[in-house]
Amino acid sequence: MVTDTHQDHRSDFFQEVVSDTPGGEQLAHCLQCGSCGGSCPNGSDMQYTPRTIFAMINAGRREEVLAANTMWYCVSCYFCTTRCPQQIPITDLMYALKRLAIAEGKAKDTDAPALARTFTGFVENFGRSFEFGLASRYYLLNKPLSMFKLVPMGMGLFTRGRLHLLPNRIRQMDQLRAIIKKAREIGGAS
Amino acid sequence: MKYAYYPGCSLEAGSAAYDVSVRAVAKVLGFELEELDDWNCCGATEYFSQDELVATSVIARNLAICRPDQKELIAPCAACFLNLKKTDQLMAEHSEVRSKVNEALAAGGLHYDPGQVRVRHLLDLIYTDIGEAALREKIKQPLTGLRVAPYYGCQVVRPMNGFDNTEYPMKMDELFTWLGAEVVDYPVKAHCCGGHMTQISEGAAYELIRRLLDSAVEHEADLILCMCPMCQLNLDAYQALVSSYFQKNFQMPIIFFTQLLGVALGLDFETVKIGKEIVSAGPVIKAKLGAAPSQTGA
Amino acid sequence: MAERVGVYVCHCGSNIAGKVDVADVAKFASEHIKDVVVARDYKFMCSDLGQKMVEEDIKKEGLTRVVVAACSPHLHEKTFRRACSNGGLNPYLLDMTNIREHCSWVHKDPVAATEKAKSLVSASAERVKFQQPLEPMYVDVNPTTLVVGGGIAGLQATLELADAGHKVVLVERLPSIGGHMAQFDKTFPTLDCSACILTPKMSEVGQHENVRLLTYAELEEVTGSVGNFHVKIRQKARKVDFDLCTGCGICVEKCPRKVVDTEFEAGMGMRKAIYMPFPQAVPRVPVLDTESCIWFERQRCQTCEKLCPTKAIRFDQEDEIIEVDVGNIIIATGWKPFDCTKIPQYGYGRLPNVYTGMEFERLCNAAGPTSGKIVLRDGKTVPKSVAIIHCVGSRDLNHNPYCSGICCMAALKFAHLLIEKTGAQVYSFYIDIRTNQKDYEEFYQRLLQEGVHFVRGKVSEVTDATRRPDETGKTIVQCEDTLTGRQERYPVDMVILMGALEPQFDARELGLKCGISCSMAGFYTERHPKLDPVATMTDGIFIAGVCQGPKDIPASVVQGAAAAARVAGMITKGKVMIEPIVASIREEDCSGCRICNNMCPYNAIEFDETRAVSRVITALCKGCGTCVSACPAGVIEGAHFNNSQIFAEIEGALWDAVPPAGVPGESESAGVSAS
Repeated sequence: MVTDTHQDHRSDFFQEVVSDTPGGEQLAHCLQCGSCGGSCPNGSDMQYTPRTIFAMINAGRREEVLAANTMWYCVSCYFCTTRCPQQIPITDLMYALKRLAIAEGKAKDTDAPALARTFTGFVENFGRSFEFGLASRYYLLNKPLSMFKLVPMGMGLFTRGRLHLLPNRIRQMDQLRAIIKKAREIGGAS
Repeated sequence: MKYAYYPGCSLEAGSAAYDVSVRAVAKVLGFELEELDDWNCCGATEYFSQDELVATSVIARNLAICRPDQKELIAPCAACFLNLKKTDQLMAEHSEVRSKVNEALAAGGLHYDPGQVRVRHLLDLIYTDIGEAALREKIKQPLTGLRVAPYYGCQVVRPMNGFDNTEYPMKMDELFTWLGAEVVDYPVKAHCCGGHMTQISEGAAYELIRRLLDSAVEHEADLILCMCPMCQLNLDAYQALVSSYFQKNFQMPIIFFTQLLGVALGLDFETVKIGKEIVSAGPVIKAKLGAAPSQTGA
Repeated sequence: MAERVGVYVCHCGSNIAGKVDVADVAKFASEHIKDVVVARDYKFMCSDLGQKMVEEDIKKEGLTRVVVAACSPHLHEKTFRRACSNGGLNPYLLDMTNIREHCSWVHKDPVAATEKAKSLVSASAERVKFQQPLEPMYVDVNPTTLVVGGGIAGLQATLELADAGHKVVLVERLPSIGGHMAQFDKTFPTLDCSACILTPKMSEVGQHENVRLLTYAELEEVTGSVGNFHVKIRQKARKVDFDLCTGCGICVEKCPRKVVDTEFEAGMGMRKAIYMPFPQAVPRVPVLDTESCIWFERQRCQTCEKLCPTKAIRFDQEDEIIEVDVGNIIIATGWKPFDCTKIPQYGYGRLPNVYTGMEFERLCNAAGPTSGKIVLRDGKTVPKSVAIIHCVGSRDLNHNPYCSGICCMAALKFAHLLIEKTGAQVYSFYIDIRTNQKDYEEFYQRLLQEGVHFVRGKVSEVTDATRRPDETGKTIVQCEDTLTGRQERYPVDMVILMGALEPQFDARELGLKCGISCSMAGFYTERHPKLDPVATMTDGIFIAGVCQGPKDIPASVVQGAAAAARVAGMITKGKVMIEPIVASIREEDCSGCRICNNMCPYNAIEFDETRAVSRVITALCKGCGTCVSACPAGVIEGAHFNNSQIFAEIEGALWDAVPPAGVPGESESAGVSAS
């Protein structure tokens, strides 16, 4: 029997994560079966498997979760999502954790936020992304040394006309900027 | 048959071979792709890591700028396809997403009602709308003797696409069986290529690439067929690095499925841009298919 | 004369009173509802004291109508009708209104819930004044019972009734009775041989003087109602004369066509085109499968016909409809195994060494295709390592949300048999181990002792994509060991999938034929989940075994026996009360248009040709009201649900509604003012 005195006693952190993900409330049904952790192509590199992360979220261990590398190893392959017997949108929850970690500067030991910023920076200037610019800018700013290793590959792409020096710019850049600005003002999604 | 076409950023640049071959194949098969006017980047996976509403709004702009007569939007890139389809679905299922996205779109004078545009992947179009009979009729160069490994990757098949199995997709397999190829049934055809991990953790990414290449080699594939620019880039451009990382000697050509489809339809290598890949596909195709009259080589 | 109405508002402990202000509802009834002379609230109206209160008030206050506002009439209408009878009032002058399921349990706001309860009570009180005394009807109960399904639950029900001296017609879809239990090797937790304990019951049924056994037959149609059902059964053509056949088996032995047996052998073995599914089949009369028979393919062969010593082969035999009259029906149609190809990541159908549980049962079975030798599909390799995967298609919203209940124990049984017969290293991948019946936990303890490697984790995928040298040639099970939090890969020789128990493929269709409903999952719905688990909402139709929900053999046997006991009770009583809630036609006003004749879903309206009027056959009428609303002349009345009662109920529910301007007021309506 559901009464009006029924309260959700799950951790505040649980509510925070769930409310930032459309359909995220299904996380309440996690059976801790581990089909996510077993499916993940990067599961063995993760500090905590997604399942463990969900148990930690339930336990309210906010700091540890946001500092974990788990979500940064998520490649959005969606195996966990389609296999989850409780239909939890796991990949989307990983995005939510990435957002929270970036927002609070908790994303350590990973270059993923920098890559993401570089990428979206291009979108906001051109409306389209720009592979060569992206790669070179990202590497110069973040991994100047590892660029040397990639030179042969870059040359391979270049000689086949696959590295472009300039991105295309969309015509209605103002419109896109206005949409992005407004979306940022409203904030959140669900 | 006329469809709205969303090429996506990669097809404008590094993966032009995909775009060119798609358009060439369309001409032969008799469907028209009308490029969506002034489309913008879908944001790949990167916006979702920063701000979900910005991510969905940026994507939704593309849906909103479709003209009323543009009811089906074809995306060849996996990430674009998923982002467009997912945004439409999120807006349909979550009223709050719907109203917030539309509030943002309104700042640009736009509006989108979910369901207005049906987002489809190119493979679905060719498999379903063109179909076996029409394809068989147009075969000029059967792919007999060529062992192809269809590689689906992740985001075309998961979390949902409505036209193929999420675990063991078969549509590209069937397509190339129709074209006469020997289709390699290998177990990792819908596993991950590493996505952007190549730029974040090379060890993790190279291992994922290795698994795919190893499996294709083990199953004696002549080449791997991709339907996503990211997959093609990871498997092709990083192949030498992966080889040296694991002390292997991979020589596996990776091309887009539309390129080989074009060959089967009688287009020459140059027309479908075979030769743009780092590990050349031309020699093995020529060797296996014999001296095809239309092939001038790359 | 005005009626004298008594209103009783039940607290149901705190179930109702916790949300609805019951005292306020009673006060409202006494102050605002016309003709209410007594209104009380009480802790438990269904208690003896509560019932006594009603009886006493009828006598002392001269009540002529009673309203009980409490739970569902399904639960306690009989109780309060009895109380009215005891008080000297016709039981049909009672009305129950449900302020629990329809009010206190489903609303959050106590004030609004109390207001709704008042409306419900008002509706009930206005209606009850128009109710009329009715006399229940009694019909004889046909002492023959139909049992549908010859698995262990149906066999048990059949034997209980037949042994008590009652006639039973047992219908089984397949060529032999025995059900899934006949396919099993051992039964948990005692590990006694399944066939050894089952076949005596099968032959007993086959030879019982009180049992008419119809195998290879299906239920076609059910008409009538409790006590007197008329049933049509399709006897599928065996192509063998049942009476002439001696079961010698020569036809089977000599038949040149061998096909894979997807039914009894679960695809693991072969059978002939003419076959008996297994040696102990009952009846011992083969069935000719026309799909694979050479004669039906190209009009040649006829080996069986030529060699049959009693000339029993009948290529031209057709399906036959057999009609029987029975008093009660027990449905025991069992289950079907989950189709494991629906989970492609487990590789079933693609990877040769992935097996379903049913395949493994046959592989283990001494009477099975390998004579009980556990070998891989190559027919010779004994597995050195085996993974057993639990919850395949169960506890999974993508397939079946429910727990199949028996798979954990079956998995433990398999692990034991594997260790005993092959000495293999056995991994058991589970989400939760559920061993909650007698001696089950002890069996789990035994397996822990025997060294099964239990891994807590739902398997993510089963693959032949190798990553390490030790995986070559193996089938690899990938899973998170959730107790260590690490992703692991287990290279094994054999994988067994513990597929869910699913409702029969035609469960819904059969339910419709019998007028019983299914749960969302497709299992038949019992009358009450705790207190009436083998009855259904349709009188005279009972359910037993897995068709009601996943369960093990002991529970299926218990339900079979329980359903039989319920039926035996009906037969012993000999008569069954039928609610007098039936339709009647005012013959003098009937135009004879016959519209109602075809509308009636129960064929309960006949047409009197001589007088050119329609007439309701009371014994068949279910009181559904279809004809009442269909009659263009409005001359059919449904007892207990007539127009004045229903209009009064509506008026009562809207007691506080203000009629909009221009709408005729109370005085012109059919309802309240008519009294």
